[in-house]
Formats: sequence, C-alpha cells, structure tokens
Amino acid sequence: MTVASAGSVPQAKTRSRASLMRGRRWALILSYVFLVLFAIFFLTPPYYMIVTALKSNAEVARMATNPWWIYDGITLEHFRTLLNKTDFLIYFKNTAIVTLCVVAITMVVSVLAAFSLSRMKFWGSGVLATGIFLTYLIPDSLLFIPLFQIVRGLGLLNSYWSMVLVYPTLTVPFCTWIMIGYFSSIPKELDEAAVIDGANHLQMLFKIFIPVALPGIIAATIFAFTVSWAAFVYPMAFLYSSDQQVLTVGTVTSLIRADVYQWGMLMAGALLAAAPPLIIYAFLMDYYIAGLTAGATKG
Amino acid sequence: MANVVLRNVAKRFDDVEAVRQISLDIPDKEFVVLVGPSGCGKTTTLRMIAGLEEASAGEIYIGDEMVNDVPPKDRDIAMVFQNYALYPHMTVYENMSFGLRLRGTPKAEIRQRVEHAARILAITDLLERRPKQLSGGQRQRVAMGRAIVRNPKVFLFDEPLSNLDAKLRVQMRTEIKRVHQKMRTTTVYVTHDQLEAMTLADRVVVMNGGRIDQVGAPNDLYHHPKTRFVAGFIGSPAMNFLPCRLERNGAGLTLQITDQLSFPVPPGRTTRYEGVCGKSLIFGLRPEHLTEPRGSERDPRSEFTATLDVVEPLGMETMVFFAVNGMELCARVEPGAATGPGQPMRLYANLNHMHLIDPETDLVI
Amino acid sequence: MVDAVHPSVASSTGVAKAKGARAGKSGLAKLMRRRSAVAFWMCLPLIVIIAGLVVYPAFYSMYLSMLNKAQTKFVGLANFEFLLGRDAFRMVVWQSAIFAITAVFFKALIGLITAHLVNNLPSKGQRKWRGMLLVPWVIPLALSTLSWWWLFDPTHSAFNWIIRSLGGNEVPWLSDPYWARFSVILVNVWYGAPFFLIMYLAALKSVPEQLYEAAQIDGANAWQRFVHVTLPMMRNIIAITVLFSLIVTFANFDIVQIMTAGGPRNMTHVFATYAFLLGIRSGDIPLGAAVSLFMFPILAIAAVFILRGVRKRGREIG
Repeated sequence: MTVASAGSVPQAKTRSRASLMRGRRWALILSYVFLVLFAIFFLTPPYYMIVTALKSNAEVARMATNPWWIYDGITLEHFRTLLNKTDFLIYFKNTAIVTLCVVAITMVVSVLAAFSLSRMKFWGSGVLATGIFLTYLIPDSLLFIPLFQIVRGLGLLNSYWSMVLVYPTLTVPFCTWIMIGYFSSIPKELDEAAVIDGANHLQMLFKIFIPVALPGIIAATIFAFTVSWAAFVYPMAFLYSSDQQVLTVGTVTSLIRADVYQWGMLMAGALLAAAPPLIIYAFLMDYYIAGLTAGATKG
Repeated sequence: MANVVLRNVAKRFDDVEAVRQISLDIPDKEFVVLVGPSGCGKTTTLRMIAGLEEASAGEIYIGDEMVNDVPPKDRDIAMVFQNYALYPHMTVYENMSFGLRLRGTPKAEIRQRVEHAARILAITDLLERRPKQLSGGQRQRVAMGRAIVRNPKVFLFDEPLSNLDAKLRVQMRTEIKRVHQKMRTTTVYVTHDQLEAMTLADRVVVMNGGRIDQVGAPNDLYHHPKTRFVAGFIGSPAMNFLPCRLERNGAGLTLQITDQLSFPVPPGRTTRYEGVCGKSLIFGLRPEHLTEPRGSERDPRSEFTATLDVVEPLGMETMVFFAVNGMELCARVEPGAATGPGQPMRLYANLNHMHLIDPETDLVI
Repeated sequence: MVDAVHPSVASSTGVAKAKGARAGKSGLAKLMRRRSAVAFWMCLPLIVIIAGLVVYPAFYSMYLSMLNKAQTKFVGLANFEFLLGRDAFRMVVWQSAIFAITAVFFKALIGLITAHLVNNLPSKGQRKWRGMLLVPWVIPLALSTLSWWWLFDPTHSAFNWIIRSLGGNEVPWLSDPYWARFSVILVNVWYGAPFFLIMYLAALKSVPEQLYEAAQIDGANAWQRFVHVTLPMMRNIIAITVLFSLIVTFANFDIVQIMTAGGPRNMTHVFATYAFLLGIRSGDIPLGAAVSLFMFPILAIAAVFILRGVRKRGREIG
C-alpha cells in the first residue's frame, strides 16, 4: 500500500521533532531556574546564620563590606565564648533532659493508645479518636494561660519539669494519630493468627505490631523530638531563671549582654541549638517526611 | 476512519530495546489484535501509535499523515485503558463528554453524541452516576463510551478486559465485537490472551521479544503458523512438541521419535521435508489431532499405545495427558474412549496436520 | 460483663459436652471482658493527659476569663467587653486574621508551585531538592526567627546592604508598622511553605498517571490537565492543609514575639502575643485568658471543616 509523500502533511499541527525536544528541554531548564530561586529563598537565613557565626565581631559590626561573605577569616571565637562564658550548655542540658523525657512519655502513651484505638474497638473508641484529633487543634497559645495557673498551683513554675508536664499536649495527639494510621494498615489476620498462637494483647503489641510498624514509630519519635526541642510558648511563659531555661528561649532572650546584641554569638547559639533536629533530619529525612504526610494521606 | 501504517518503528528505553524495527499495515476499518506474552512490546507499540511514547526510530502514519511529532491530542485517536482511567470526580456523562467539551463542541451536539454512544453500550441510565458507584464491567463500558463519543480515526484498546472476571470478559468481548461491527472504526487491540485475539480480530499480529513473528487471519495463524512461538502460543491447549529425527524410509520419510515410536510422514509432504532429512527436528501436533483411533482412512502405522497420567473429562471431550520421552503430551479424545489414569490407551496421530520445526531457526518448515 | 453461661447447662445434654461448652463460652466472655478492659487501660494515659492538660485547662480558661484581675470575684463578661472596647485589641483581631489569611494563601501557592516543579524533575534528583527545600521547617522556628531578625536589623540588615548596593533606599523592616507586618508574614510564609510542598508533592504522586494520559488523548493541554485532573484530585488535601495551616498560623506566637513583640505601636500584635503581654507580663491572667479565648470560635469552625475534609478523604481512599 502506498503512503502519501511528506509534502501533503498539513503543517499546522506538527512541529519538527527537534523543536519538540527543544521545547521540553526549555521547560526543564526553566523548572530548574525557578527551583534554584526558591532554594535560595529557603536557604538564605540558615546560610546567613552560618556566615555570621563564623565572622569576627569586628566584621559583623562593619557596615561597608558585603555581609554575605567572610573577608576577615573564619573564627570560632563565638562558639568558644558561647560554650565557656554563657549559660548555653545549661540550656542545652535542660533541653536534652526535657526532650528525652517527653519523647519517652509520648511514645509510650501514643503507642499504647493507638494500638488499642486501632485494633481493639470498644465503646467510645471512635469518639475518642476524633476527640484526640480535635484537641490537637487547640493551640498552646490558648492553653498557656490556664496552664500557667495550674503549674503555679503545682509549685512547678520556673522548673523545667513543668515542661515535661505540658509538652506531651503538643506531641501525644499527633503521634497517636500517626500511629493509628500505621497500625490500621496492618491486616487483621495478623491479630487472629496471634490469638490462635496464644498471645495476649501486650505480647501481640510487642512482638508483632511494634516491629511491623517500626517506620511509623520512628517517624512519630522524630516528630515528638522536633516539637519538644523547638517549643517556645511554654518555656517563655513558665521559666524565668537561667538555670532552668531551655535552648529556644535561652538563645533568643538571654544571650544579650548589657543591652548589646552580640549577633555573632547569637547566631552561633542558634546554629548549635538547631543542630540536633537538623542532624536527625539529614539522616532520617524519609521518616521525617513520612510522619508529616501520614497524618493527611492516611486520612 | 483511517488506516494505520508503521514503518520500521523501534523503541528503546535506556539500553533495552522494547520494540525492534516493526512494520505493519492496518487498512481502514480493520480490527487488528496485537498479542503476545508480557514484555513482547505490544503495549509499547500501542502507546507509540497513541503518541504516549515517542518512537526511537521509524515512522507512524495515521490516515496517510505522519504523526511521529503530533501530540496525542491532535492525532484524533481514542484509547480504552486497562484500568479504565475514568475521571473519578466527574459523572459518567461528564467523563464521556470531556473531550468534546475541551474542543468547544456545542452542548446540543455533545448531548446527542453522548446519548447515542450510551445507547450503543446500554449505559443510558448510568449517565448521572460517578465511577466509584459502578461495577467493573460498567466502568469498562463507560471507558468505551468515552472513546466512541469522540468518533476518532482509530480506536486503541490496552488490555481492557484483563481486570474483569471470566464471565464478564466473555460478555464484554462480544460487546466490543458488536460495537466494531456497528461503527467500523479501525481498531488496534492489545491483549496477552490468545483466545481474545482469535475471537475478536480480523487479523492477528503475534509479537515476541519486540518483533512481529507473524501477521494473519486467525485461522491462518492456527493452521499455518510460521514460527515455533506462534505454533505454541495460538490455540489452547497448546500444541504438543516432541524432538524427533527425520529418516528416509524407502520412497518416503519417517519421523523417528523414540526407538519404539515412529510415524510415517504423509506422502504429500515428502517433497517439502526432503531437504532436512537426517536432522534433529521438533515435531508439532495439536491435541485435537491426537485422538483415539478414528476415521476409516487412517494410517495404522500412526497408532500407538501410551499410559495415561491424568484424565480430564470436559463433557463434550476428554483431555488425556501422557508422557513420551519424558515430555508431557495432551490428546483430545471422545469422552467414552478414555481409559483411566495409569492405564494404557490406544491413540492415533493424524499426521496430515503435523508441523516440523527447525530448532536452529525456530521456523516452521 | 456478666458471664452468660448458666450452670444448668451441665445437666441438659451430656456432661462432657456441656462442660466443654461452658468452658468455651465463659472463656469467650472472659476474653471479651478482658479485651475491652485492656483496651481501656491502654488508652488511659492518653485520656488522662488530654483531659487534665487540654480539656480541663480549656474550660478553666473560660472560668478564668470571667474573673477580675486579682481573681477574687466573678465579673462575667466584663473582660470581653473591655477588650472589645480597646483599639489595640481590635487591631489584634484584624492583624491575626490578615496574617493568617495572607500567609496561608502564599504558603499554599508556593507549596503548589514548588510541588509541581519538584514532581517534574527526574525522580533521582527529587529527593535532593525536596531535602533542601524542607530545611526551613526543620529548624526550630524561634531560632530561625532570630536569624530573620538579624537579617532585618535596623543598622546591619544584610537585605538593606543589597538594596543600597543596587542604589535603592533602605527598608525599615521592623520599625515601620506596615513593613513590620510584611516581615512577619514573610517569615511565616518562609517557615510554612515547605510543609505545603511536602503535602502537595505526596498528593501529586497519588494521582494515577493514566488519568493524565486519558486526558491527553481526550485533547487536554498542560493547563487543562492541571485544572481538570490535578486540582479535582487534590481538592480534599488542599482543603485540609489550608484549614490546618489557618489554625496554626492564626495561633502563632514565636515570630511576632521575637521580631517585633507586637510593635511598632501594637500594629503586629496577634492573639498569642497580646495574651502573653496582658496575662504573663502584666500579670492580669483573666484578661489574658479572655484574649486567647477569642480565638476559640474561629478554631472551632475551622476544626469542623477539617474533620469533614478528613472523613471525606478517608472515604475516597478506602
């Protein structure tokens, strides 16, 4: 059968193969251009934090030279001053203690509750699950006033143990929600096989569910850690003295000497304080993101 | 309405050649089925015709126009996907009219065309429902309706029945055939099921490893396969294959299978096979030509006895399985004639329908 | 739970059979009783925390808001009336709303755009870019706000240095009220956009590729595919994230407190910071409680919509 020659091809609808490929390549280049612009936007503050922390005080104060670059050489004096001459390490220690306690409490509470809510339907479990979700929507900036009274009444004001008391309100609801999502996705047949094998509920939890839902547990742990580490409202409201203070509030408010903002040291402090979450993120990024999206995509 | 021509079309993904230099002529109004095992390149070929994949080499023509650089939306084709690909947030009516709405077709005409297609497929009362309220078969009809409404030059089907249960598959097969008879649109249909290919196609294209093994009408492929692959792929249960040697026996030829088993080659084939005398070959015979001794003109030398392994009664016939030389063979016998598992049975090989295959080239001689 | 088996079962059919039946039935009843009890005990810590540290304080807050400053007598809605009469508070309401709506709008927009950009990259590179773009969300907000404060510093602003080098005039990022509002919104958007990016990227990936192919064959160009396939499929997730972010942004404390402390002239105060100022700094707990309670109606409405959205999404998937 004969095929009409190329001359009869209507030109309007076709583009040459070369132009099609060029069009696609331009689209990709443009994508990269915009992505780079967004990346610059997102990474500017951390970059500037690093640059300032490594600059000498003199250069920080100097107005004439380009603040985005270091000309006088990198110095670690801010870090040294920070660690030796300020209460920074105390803040770090307090934050670490609080965070570890809160993460432990959160994981125990969430895993137990999530397991029972997702696998063991009992009267009111649906209501409770919804209720948990709703309480997550009550912000700390509403609760901190009444909690101030309560904490004062308990004599825990100005003690970092008050943080251990209140931080779980920030972490437990969402972690439970994440864990419910993960536990729900484990098929029911596993329960039944375990019951037939003679396991009681706690054994089922420890020997079967936790290992299988480990990614979810890691994600929830990371979430609890990050939220505790970054909490600001409660320590701002409940903690006053330096020896009880945590990193976020301490770095922002207390590292000021005689009304002069030592920006070099402040940035060094901010950098060190932000380091733990960043390091966890660098190594466990996928779990981090899984924790976030689990909330929404698992309904 | 248009014809489809593929000339030396090839597709390579990184370093895998999915389709190697195939050429195909599909005249207007023909129903062509591309059939083959997974990975043979049939879906890739279909997607190249659709424009969803770009051909690495060769030319594709739809209706005498070369469409290699034409995007799918301008090729005037319609496609039915294996997973239906219905827009979940639109009603059936909106799904079917989507393409027309995009082109700015007037509302009255849209309504008329959608209702016409809905009548053909008997889905008129589903028009206001959403995909998730429909069963699998209904969704498939809607997907077809969406294609029909477009009144395209070519229909493309990508394994549309694979997700349906067996009974529904048979029903939908008939539907598709009926629609084609009514609309007479050129159709390219991809499936891995040779039965679908045989029942639906005007012509069947058997593909294997990125190449076309054979093109022809279903009966052609059935009775005159050109390659070992086609011989074994078409027809169910599959053709029996046995290694053998062709020997001269006086004026005629004999197929030597084992020391105890040999068959005389029908005299009419002597000239054809003379050239490969003395070689090791593969002997192919379909199960329906391996029966209990029947027919008055049969050659008694083609009879033999075998011990049955498995007997499968199917009602109108019985399949018996037995081993020769360690290879399992299948024969279709009259229901009453089968003995029993472990029992010997007299069988007859009708060599008028035999095939000989050269193992070096895998071609039928 | 009462054991349902009557001992007289033993006398009816055969003793062995009855014994077996009774043991089986009571075993089952016991199992059910245990299961329910165990489940409840496992939930108890959660219930205690939520009841004691969220629900009770929320109600306590309502009670507190109706006391006088010294917390000696009940004054009904006097605090609320007082607040509504104050200019500064009315500005707080206005500012909180403006910040929330503007910031969330831009966060969603940037999130959607970057999600598309990242999704169109070859899959090998996506992880890297996603990792880089999520950094603002990983750094504790208080600390990154500190760095923004330094970037906005009146004397040493690095941004102003760039503007000066290009020949322009310095911008009073935090000292001019309207620029201060802009700065607060900017930091908010910077911090929250990555969250939207991650959510929308996940949502984009859940749209089946075949839908786009079917749309292509139906004749849709890239924009039409976005409008008719992408957006409808993402509708629910967009709604959930927007509402969620509205709540969180509305109640935000860190950014304003650190960068402007509500100023200049109270023109960047939001509910959280104003409550802090009145309640903690000035020691008027009831008034502070009243301020933060104003958030409640809006949070409740948003919560209802989110819940509906989440339920709908659950049905969509399941």
